[in-house]
Amino acid sequence: MSALAAPPSKRLLKGNEAICLGAVAAGCRHYYGYPITPQNDIPEYMAAHLPALGGTFLQAESEVATINMMLGTSASGKRVMTSSSGPGISLMQEGLSYMAGSELPAVIVNISRSGPGLGGIAPSQGDYFQAVKGGGHGGYRLIVLAPHSVQEMYALTMLAFDLADKYRTPAMILGDAIVGQMKEPFVASPYDPASTVEKPWALTGCAGRERLNVKSLHLKDNEIEVHNWRLHEKYERIRKDETRAEPYMLDGATIAIVAFGTAARVGKTAIQWARKEGIAAGMLRPITLFPFPRREVFELARKVDVLLVIEMNTGQMVEDVRQSTPLHDRIAFLGKPCAMPTPEEILERIRLLAGRKV
Amino acid sequence: MSAPPGKARFSKAVYARPRSLVDVKSHFCPGCHHGTIHKIVAECIDRYGLREKTIGVACVGCSVFLYDYIDVDVVESPHGRAPAVATGVKRAQPDKFVFTYQGDGDLAAIGTSEIIHAANRGENLSVIFVNNTTYGMTGGQMAPTTMLGQKTSTTPYGRDFRGDGYPIRMAELLAGLEGTAYSARVAVSTPAQIRKSKEAVRKAFEMQINGMGLSIVEFLSTCPTNWGMKPLDAQKRVLGEMSEYFPLGVFKERVQADFA
Amino acid sequence: MGDSVTATGRIEIDFERCKACELCVPACPKVCIGMGTAINRQGYASAVFERPDDCTGCAICAETCPDACILVWR
Repeated sequence: MSALAAPPSKRLLKGNEAICLGAVAAGCRHYYGYPITPQNDIPEYMAAHLPALGGTFLQAESEVATINMMLGTSASGKRVMTSSSGPGISLMQEGLSYMAGSELPAVIVNISRSGPGLGGIAPSQGDYFQAVKGGGHGGYRLIVLAPHSVQEMYALTMLAFDLADKYRTPAMILGDAIVGQMKEPFVASPYDPASTVEKPWALTGCAGRERLNVKSLHLKDNEIEVHNWRLHEKYERIRKDETRAEPYMLDGATIAIVAFGTAARVGKTAIQWARKEGIAAGMLRPITLFPFPRREVFELARKVDVLLVIEMNTGQMVEDVRQSTPLHDRIAFLGKPCAMPTPEEILERIRLLAGRKV
Repeated sequence: MSAPPGKARFSKAVYARPRSLVDVKSHFCPGCHHGTIHKIVAECIDRYGLREKTIGVACVGCSVFLYDYIDVDVVESPHGRAPAVATGVKRAQPDKFVFTYQGDGDLAAIGTSEIIHAANRGENLSVIFVNNTTYGMTGGQMAPTTMLGQKTSTTPYGRDFRGDGYPIRMAELLAGLEGTAYSARVAVSTPAQIRKSKEAVRKAFEMQINGMGLSIVEFLSTCPTNWGMKPLDAQKRVLGEMSEYFPLGVFKERVQADFA
Repeated sequence: MGDSVTATGRIEIDFERCKACELCVPACPKVCIGMGTAINRQGYASAVFERPDDCTGCAICAETCPDACILVWR
């Protein structure tokens, strides 16, 4: 109790380290992974700290093996995490599809880099489609959380574990090199799960009960159709109950940025500058990318003159924005594939949209 | 109903279904050795009292239905990934007994990376590997273990090493890895072979029980349906050309754990 | 059918589970098993315990049967 009562100490922390602290605080003791830039500080932290906590750190032979090790640990009822970046996340898609089909929780961190292919190590939001549309075969969804600060890297990692367990589905943290590598003042708030989840489905040996299976294969008449509708119903419940978005300076706003992660962070600076110039700019920042804040975007679009969608790609989330509102002529887009937009260029666009001379 | 003949005189059951073998009719084709191998695995689970602490890992192919036949907890793995899934189970539950059951396409083609690295890490797992020189469930295509000259649906003129490479000897390959505790190849085409294969599976299970590392038993198995043979002729093929190319024997047997 | 006088064991073949693979036939050292003609619900002509008099209850047939449909008593 005394530890909790003590004032939380502020310190400088890297985003990737905050993810590790969040995972450990949430009780994750199993980490599997394979090296890839720009997220190597996560496995390095886990390698240094998990064994002392009685956990497992294992550097796998590939991301393919990684995700399947996670499948095994998750089927055992334990919290498990990995981190990677685009090319590695691509290799995990097979396993993610199996885990979604087998309804196994896990947390996958994507500190994304540029693509396609080997692309580059510059920060990018080019993995949006892959993250929010399922990514692998067969039709499923991941819960996708998009932190935009070090503090949020910590908090959303804890939330990802809770949501994954609650809905028995893999959850992804979609970050990028900027939020992963930057240092910010950070306070380790205590882990406070909304509810604890029992796992009666976990495979622990059939002592005192009938044997259990964890599987995604359904060959009997109609079984796979029923299974698909059941998964769909689960995703609809997630849409209804777990959508999260941050409204930022939206009071009286006529221009609203819609952006997530690093793009949102830069956007906030531009909004502050624009407000100083008397332009009523604000932002809706999706925190959950799946479920996407459709209702929030729908309502916002009716109130403002312009929705300025900013992404570090050539336009992916903007499709979800278009799906959320019929007012397509109010949607503007600023894309910076594989590069961070500067506050200056965002401000310039805001001025242009506000009808100001630049 | 009247008692079966001889019931009064012969009342001691000397062979019944193993406890860990689920009492259902199997889907396997007539004469397929999967059933025989399932029985052996179930008998060995019973022998060491492992049923209630076992987690099996089923792979993709005919062997995926392991969970219908072995009365233990079973997790399904993507194609070839069973050793990685089993690693995840065993690392999370080191006190449990974990085995994979994999076919040749699964272990020796798509899953080579996972089996080699699980073995090389000395993961404390047991692997049952069924080599029937073909992809059974998908209709008899060429497997990595398909014999030279063997006609399959994707080698209609016979497997030719000049384009298709050679049948791969996994038991020997894995025996060459430091982390492998036990590697043997057995067959179940004669009663004597069945007994020997039970000994091998017992050894493999004991390796895990004693924390020695990865143990693998490769079974030379028939696939009468896709070979286009009667079951008895298929067994003759195992005893003949298959055993010549894939010699039976123990290729590695660790006597002392490398790690305390 | 009365009790066999010379047998030292007895088997029972599960008629419905047998898939007529015939592997048990040559496996029996005493040639006690043959193939029947009656068709079971799977569509197979099940193996039959033809010559019970010579059965020793050695259980080799049961160990050989891939479908675990032979029980053995001694």
